[in-house]
Amino acid sequence: MTTQTRSHVRPNGSRSYSTTGKFSTYVFLFVCLGYFILPLFWLLISSTKTNAGLFNSFGFWFAKDFGLAQNLKDLFTYQDAAFIGWMKNTAIYAISAAVGSSLISALAGYAFSQYRFAGRSLLFGIVLASVFVPGTVFAIPLYLLISKTGLSGSLLAVILPSLISPFGVYLMRIYSEQAIPEELLDAARIDGAGEFRIFATIAFRLLLPGYVTVLLFAFVGAWNNYFLPLLVLGKSEVYPVTVGLAYWNSLAGQLSTHQILYPLIITGSVVGTLPVMILFLFLQRFWQNGLALGSIKG
Amino acid sequence: MTVTTTSNRLKTLLSFRRGRFGQKITPYLFLTPFLAGFLVFMVYPLIYALNLSLYRKKLVGGTSFVGLDNYLKAFQDVNFWGGVRNVLVFGAMQIPVMLGFALLFALLLDGKLIRRQTIFRLGYFLPFAVPSVVAALIWGYFYGQSFGPIAQIATALHLKPPLFLTPTGIIPSIANIATWQYTGYNMLILFAALKGIPEELYEAARVDGASDLQIALKIRIPIIMPAIALTAIFSVIGTLQLFNEPNVMRTVAPTVLDSHFTPNIYVYNLAFANRQFDYSAAIAFTLALVTAVLSSLVLLAVYRREQS
Repeated sequence: MTTQTRSHVRPNGSRSYSTTGKFSTYVFLFVCLGYFILPLFWLLISSTKTNAGLFNSFGFWFAKDFGLAQNLKDLFTYQDAAFIGWMKNTAIYAISAAVGSSLISALAGYAFSQYRFAGRSLLFGIVLASVFVPGTVFAIPLYLLISKTGLSGSLLAVILPSLISPFGVYLMRIYSEQAIPEELLDAARIDGAGEFRIFATIAFRLLLPGYVTVLLFAFVGAWNNYFLPLLVLGKSEVYPVTVGLAYWNSLAGQLSTHQILYPLIITGSVVGTLPVMILFLFLQRFWQNGLALGSIKG
Repeated sequence: MTVTTTSNRLKTLLSFRRGRFGQKITPYLFLTPFLAGFLVFMVYPLIYALNLSLYRKKLVGGTSFVGLDNYLKAFQDVNFWGGVRNVLVFGAMQIPVMLGFALLFALLLDGKLIRRQTIFRLGYFLPFAVPSVVAALIWGYFYGQSFGPIAQIATALHLKPPLFLTPTGIIPSIANIATWQYTGYNMLILFAALKGIPEELYEAARVDGASDLQIALKIRIPIIMPAIALTAIFSVIGTLQLFNEPNVMRTVAPTVLDSHFTPNIYVYNLAFANRQFDYSAAIAFTLALVTAVLSSLVLLAVYRREQS
């Protein structure tokens, strides 16, 4: 590897690294940073371009005409403001999946970690095994069942299945085992507190960091979801942003008269990605938390 | 005085008994919302699909029970196995590259060599926040000839723009999108596992004069092997389910990305274009079987290596 460095040990155990080794490591890391960041930079730059600008100007720099305002205006009005509806749907899907599934997972994970009951290991084994079953296996029957019940045009078709997250239960169980000392619950029981009060007033507070992690994962997972909504949603009025953008893209690819859609798709991609990105940048701590949880016990 | 003590004692005793009885049913109450949803949205659909896969709907004569016929058909279906081959080629190419880089980044950023690691950690992870549909759109434009920056640069340098969306180019092109999206995520999992190693563990080796490379190969990597195995298994499962990127890119490469390019695309098209729900369910279960076999193989390989 080019990043290998020659070094020697100082008496205190720390190491001094040769400047060339250090320099080449930084160059390598910055080149990689470019690979991860430049496509996003391109997307941002492209959202400021008119359709002509997209085709006539260099991708990684601004065109002469600054079209961001016009693009946003077009984006929010095209096809009777379809995009605004998609953003609203996406927000509803993501928020209800996040709040609902994290709460349901917290309750279940807490039960698995704090109580000994008949069928505990069997149940947990089944839940864990389901994490490894490909989503497609559930998707087709889910579609059929949802269309049978007449839910296929409604937001509930996406919301209800997304409330169940076996991986969330797994994370909450591990977190609960680490965060809640059993003696504390026993002490509360001796004081006469009921089981639900103990959960609501004592345990939940201790579970909060893990809860926020699961909430974030569920939010981002639902915000970025494409496969399930594509399958179960028949009408474009209930699309989330992902399905909507892919739909516009297929129109733009099919008909050259629809090329006018490219600036809208690109601007829509920026607007549709921004909320998740902001959330992720501000709540970094919780991501790292969750990933650490998943790997240590995994 | 004595009265209150007795009544207090009685209260404790009573609440204790209520508590113990409560403790018997409370776990089930706590589990009820999850288990109810799990039954309705996972177990029941699974059984429904399993049952469905044993029937066949014919144009004449309606639906009839055919036993394992759909599975026999699936095992001989060249469209299905062609899709499986595509995702296996994809995985053989993409998973080692992605996990190799994720491990390298994690090792470099966990060491003392690099300051300001946060910039790198955040930057590498940022694509994970991008929906896979948007990632496929961005890279689809990148690969394209009309306003893709790669073609622009090639033209400016008087070179022939490289063609990405050809029958041979398409799998590496999609592999690159997945690598772009998930390397940072896997890096963070491995990074978190490395952070869990107590420093004293390799302090001794360091004083004995072991190089960083030796410490990485002999101490740090073996310790985080369970985390590496976890990332490998989730990558295998994800690979076999490949759908979003090729499905979105079908508009830019319609002839290369056919209706059975990956098993999941095949399942989707069988169900929604052909309305063959019974057969598509059988294909989905066969895919689940392939997934189970492959992920156990990965698990076995990792642990065997760890033993030796």
